[in-house]
Amino acid sequence: MTGIAIEVEGLTKRFGSKTVVDDFSMAVPKGAIYGFLGPNGSGKTTTIRMMCGLLKPDSGTGQALGYDILKQPREIKSRVGYMTQKFSLYGDLTVRENLDFMARLHALPDTRSVVDAALEEYNLTPRARQMADTLSGGWKQRLALAAASLHSPGLLLLDEPTAGVDPKARRDFWDRIRKLSRAGVTVLVSTHYMDEAVQCDFIAYIAYGRKLIDAPSDEIAARVGLHTWRIEGKGLQPVQDALEKADGVDQIARFGSAMHVSGKDADKLERAVRQFEGREGLTVSEAKTGLEEAFIYLMTGAEDNFS
Amino acid sequence: MMASLSRVLAVLMKEFIQMRRDRLTFAMMIGIPLVQLLLFGYAINTDPRHLPTLVELGDDGPAVRAIIQGMETSAYFDIQGMIAPGETDDALRTNETTFILVVPPNFERDLLRGEQPDILLDVDASDPVAAGAGAGAFPQIVASATAEYGSGAAAAATPVIHRRYNPAGETAMNIVPGLLGIILTMTMAMMTSMALTKEAERGTLETLLATPTRPLEVMAGKIAPYVLVGAMQVILMLLAARYLFGVPFLGGAGAFIIAVALFILVNLSLGFLFSTLARTQMQAMQMTFFVFLPSILLSGFMFPFAGMPGWARFLGEMIPTTHFIRAVRSIMLKGADMADVWPSLWPLMITFAVIATLALTRYRRTLD
Ligand SMILES: Nc1ncnc2c1ncn2[C@@H]1O[C@H](COP(=O)(O)OP(=O)(O)OP(=O)(O)O)[C@@H](O)[C@H]1O
Ligand SMILES: [Mg+2]
Repeated sequence: MTGIAIEVEGLTKRFGSKTVVDDFSMAVPKGAIYGFLGPNGSGKTTTIRMMCGLLKPDSGTGQALGYDILKQPREIKSRVGYMTQKFSLYGDLTVRENLDFMARLHALPDTRSVVDAALEEYNLTPRARQMADTLSGGWKQRLALAAASLHSPGLLLLDEPTAGVDPKARRDFWDRIRKLSRAGVTVLVSTHYMDEAVQCDFIAYIAYGRKLIDAPSDEIAARVGLHTWRIEGKGLQPVQDALEKADGVDQIARFGSAMHVSGKDADKLERAVRQFEGREGLTVSEAKTGLEEAFIYLMTGAEDNFS
Repeated sequence: MMASLSRVLAVLMKEFIQMRRDRLTFAMMIGIPLVQLLLFGYAINTDPRHLPTLVELGDDGPAVRAIIQGMETSAYFDIQGMIAPGETDDALRTNETTFILVVPPNFERDLLRGEQPDILLDVDASDPVAAGAGAGAFPQIVASATAEYGSGAAAAATPVIHRRYNPAGETAMNIVPGLLGIILTMTMAMMTSMALTKEAERGTLETLLATPTRPLEVMAGKIAPYVLVGAMQVILMLLAARYLFGVPFLGGAGAFIIAVALFILVNLSLGFLFSTLARTQMQAMQMTFFVFLPSILLSGFMFPFAGMPGWARFLGEMIPTTHFIRAVRSIMLKGADMADVWPSLWPLMITFAVIATLALTRYRRTLD
């Protein structure tokens, strides 16, 4: 078991009559960056909360860092850093006061130097005396990460840490995640961004409370078994209209002057796209199936048990 | 620019929808006036009657019986029994009785001899409103009961009224100690309940719950600062009472400090309990108001406790403020000590134990 940071088995959570997380199982290897993806309302936040003892599952078992998520929430809480989806530090405390408060709640020895180090590490020192409420979105996230990792947790649960943050700040944030990971911290991170998903070692995709797939991120596409072709050029709309009805084409994604045509049946798909080969102004080439295509394909196959 | 009726309607509809969703607020809006109306209408009696009265019978005879009879029929006095000469002070100090009729030895004989003997009414005047009407009626009752013994215009007996604890009958004497209870009730319960609900409302509770902090640690840490605030309020009010209104402080400081500490704890734990029930700060505030109202009306703060009907007194006994005000008035105005106010202290202790336990069991360790 030493290689596993989180392992949950059959987690189920209902709110009223709605099953929000349904028989969910997963294992996160120690030291990995584990991506947690899925559409809005699919149960990511709920699952993360159950993992750190903030919500009681209706059924299922699990352990985090070797502690039972049902019976030992306090042990887990003192070893896990949890960054909430919604900023939930104290807006009417300064940056330093917030960190100081968190350090004391975790009963860290020598609070002052811990907080100083965190301020330095996250470049927050110039803003130490600023009220948390007045920070911009990117800085709030940075403060939240600093607060969540203050007590050097072995496991970080980050719930959409980069939502609404600009690209540069996001890149910056991921540099930090990778740095923490290199230091041996296991990271479970939920996100809606595909460019972040590809940076994860593993990905679990969840929809309507059910896990649809989990695999190393570079194997997802192969597991889904989707093949993709790329058509580039001008006047793509009639091509798209034609392909949508074509046999073997399961899904089409447009990107400005290009489109990705994907399908499960490689031969049929190839036949369908090849008819446009050689048309004036169009180039047709085989492409790698991206995560986005794979997930969208998974989604259309998933039943909607919410509606 | 013209106001658009449809936009007015849109806002109006939205308000109604929100009002309906917030059931608690809605219930309070209906409930508070109703409670107020009932309490004012039925419980409150600004001309209190049937106040407890004891008789120290130094003599007996037809005249004495006529006086007692007259007091009973006046409806101001409720003669509850006899009392031995040495016990009158205790009975008044411990709020056992409001009036003591003292019939001196040889009263009948002196009366017959035309010596116009004194007949004494000891009055607990710490609440001047409560005792005022009865004391005011007493001379007339004595005069008519002894009229046949008199000769002409001269009264046969001399009624003497002895106002204890507040001889000048100043209302400030009574109101200031009571106000202590009311202000502590209001601020302590409201501040804690709102401070805690704020955490849930702003989402910071999730941060707090995600740390290994225990419920008791949160409760103690949240409550402690307000204990200090409460202590400051008490000190300020005591100083104001003493130097602005000349209210004396006759009793034991130890008993006072214990009463105040207990009462602050009761209200803080009540606030904590409210915070586990309310989802928003608004609701928390309304809950405290719901307790605050009867605390003003039924605790004996505004209207004499002894003058209320039985069911209102029963409700009043359930309210911590009632016991606190009773204890503090006795301590400050009557020089009561620990033993005297014990009957008011143990209910506070029990209330605290019950509310704190409830609050701690209701405190959520998870977000469920
Ligand atoms: N306290 C609650 N009471 C009732 N329903 C809830 C509660 N919390 C969450 N839900 C519902 O559970 C479902 C899953 O919510 P959850 O927040 O876990 O999704 P998510 O995957 O994190 O979504 P997002 O990507 O938008 O953050 C949603 O339909 C949500 O409305
Ligand atoms: Mg979420």
